[in-house]
Amino acid sequence: MAFITCKDLVLGYKDGIVAEHISFVVNQGDYLCVVGENGAGKSTLIKTLLHLIRPISGELIMEDGILPQEIGYLPQQTVVQRDFPASVWEIVLSGTLTKCGRRPWYGKKEKELALKNLERMGMTEFKTRCYRNLSGGQQQRVLLARALCATSKLLLLDEPVTGLDPKATEEFYELLKSLNREGIAIIMVSHDIRTAVRQASHILHIDKENSFYGTQEEYLQNMDENAPHETTLH
Amino acid sequence: MREMITQLQLYLSYPFVRYMLVVGTLIALCSSMLGVILVLKRFSFIGDGLSHVAFGAMAIATVLKLADRTAFIMPVTVIAAVLLLRTGHNTKIKGDAAVAMLSVGSLAVGYLVLHKFSASANVSGDVCSTLFGSTAILSLTEKEVWMCVALSVLVIGAYCLFYNRIFAVAFDENFARATGINTGVYNLLLAVITAVVIVMAMNLVGSLLISALIIFPALSAMRILDNFKGVIIYSAVLSVVCAFSGIILSILGSSPVGATIVAVDIAFFFIHYLLGAFLHKT
Repeated sequence: MAFITCKDLVLGYKDGIVAEHISFVVNQGDYLCVVGENGAGKSTLIKTLLHLIRPISGELIMEDGILPQEIGYLPQQTVVQRDFPASVWEIVLSGTLTKCGRRPWYGKKEKELALKNLERMGMTEFKTRCYRNLSGGQQQRVLLARALCATSKLLLLDEPVTGLDPKATEEFYELLKSLNREGIAIIMVSHDIRTAVRQASHILHIDKENSFYGTQEEYLQNMDENAPHETTLH
Repeated sequence: MREMITQLQLYLSYPFVRYMLVVGTLIALCSSMLGVILVLKRFSFIGDGLSHVAFGAMAIATVLKLADRTAFIMPVTVIAAVLLLRTGHNTKIKGDAAVAMLSVGSLAVGYLVLHKFSASANVSGDVCSTLFGSTAILSLTEKEVWMCVALSVLVIGAYCLFYNRIFAVAFDENFARATGINTGVYNLLLAVITAVVIVMAMNLVGSLLISALIIFPALSAMRILDNFKGVIIYSAVLSVVCAFSGIILSILGSSPVGATIVAVDIAFFFIHYLLGAFLHKT
């Protein structure tokens, strides 16, 4: 059974369609990269997957025991976070809130989970440090640890390497790859097609007219076939 | 020195001075706790905006000669707060512009209404005291003090109970929403609490200086501390200290209460600013 199955999804808001004909499947251990131009509907797809907006039509099925709030989401950084006075520990712990249910405080179990994921990201020694004083790469690791507290199966990343220097970017991709090898499915939205092809097992290319979904090899073939055609068009 | 102490003892024997101390410290406590969140959410000016709305509402209530003015001011301010904090998505006018518009607009309308229709002989005196809160706090009744205590307990209780969720929503609303937290409810809660605190605080420092109570302790705490819980607790303590010493100073120096408290807040902010610069260098 697949975690997520999308069939002929039409994405958009009340005032119009953003993208259509989107079909893809995410299984356990998959690494799906979502690429596309700005405005092609990548962020709309994220919101739809998180169940923050409804698809206009088509099917979005989540099974295999995944609930919408069990997607480990790594959003883009906001201005607010850059000078937010919070310790690493407070941020990672906030990822376990879903598991608290109606309880207002964190229990022992939540704290253990947060500690485990902090260690997994190699950030244990930064536990009491302030988030705003960390480097970009370290901040992403903290947010990844938080996302892992919310999920054990599926990560959804929105342009995770924006603003990172090349070394930190490389390290972050390595980290993702190792999580993927542990069996966590990954959906990454990116405009960096080159890395996407190198990293991912599957590619979803969102386009107004014809979106593409397939394995990485199929995508490369498809690109080769279309390449001469595209150059004549421009 | 001894003279000052006897003077203080004399003043403290009056119930209205004791009321002022209780109400002042409670309001300082509540507003500083809220302030941390509001400053981080880039809503530093909402205190200003809402207090002007409260001023406008108060002017209308005065002219209409309503018996219980708070019963009119409170709902109006709460509605304004909800509308302002709802901004961000799907609004035609952006957050800061909306605050500025509402703030200036209600100030003007309030003054206009008071000036044209008020029966009082000293309109500019009335306006001055609502804006700077110099006299209202001296005429607190016991009932008002108890109401203030009850509201403070409510505010602090709600804050403690939802602390973790408030943190999650403030730090990263997108993530919080994705993990199934109903961020709308917490933003609404924040708006309502803000409005309640502001209407309470109007008595103390008047509508012009409320922003100071909200932002100064929070900013001071953020200068020197690196974790959220610490910032909240420290800013609450600092705000109480400032309000308490401000009130005492204003009694001793017979200066206006609100302005004195704010002056103490500013002084402490500078100390923390320097302290922060020193701490982060080493």
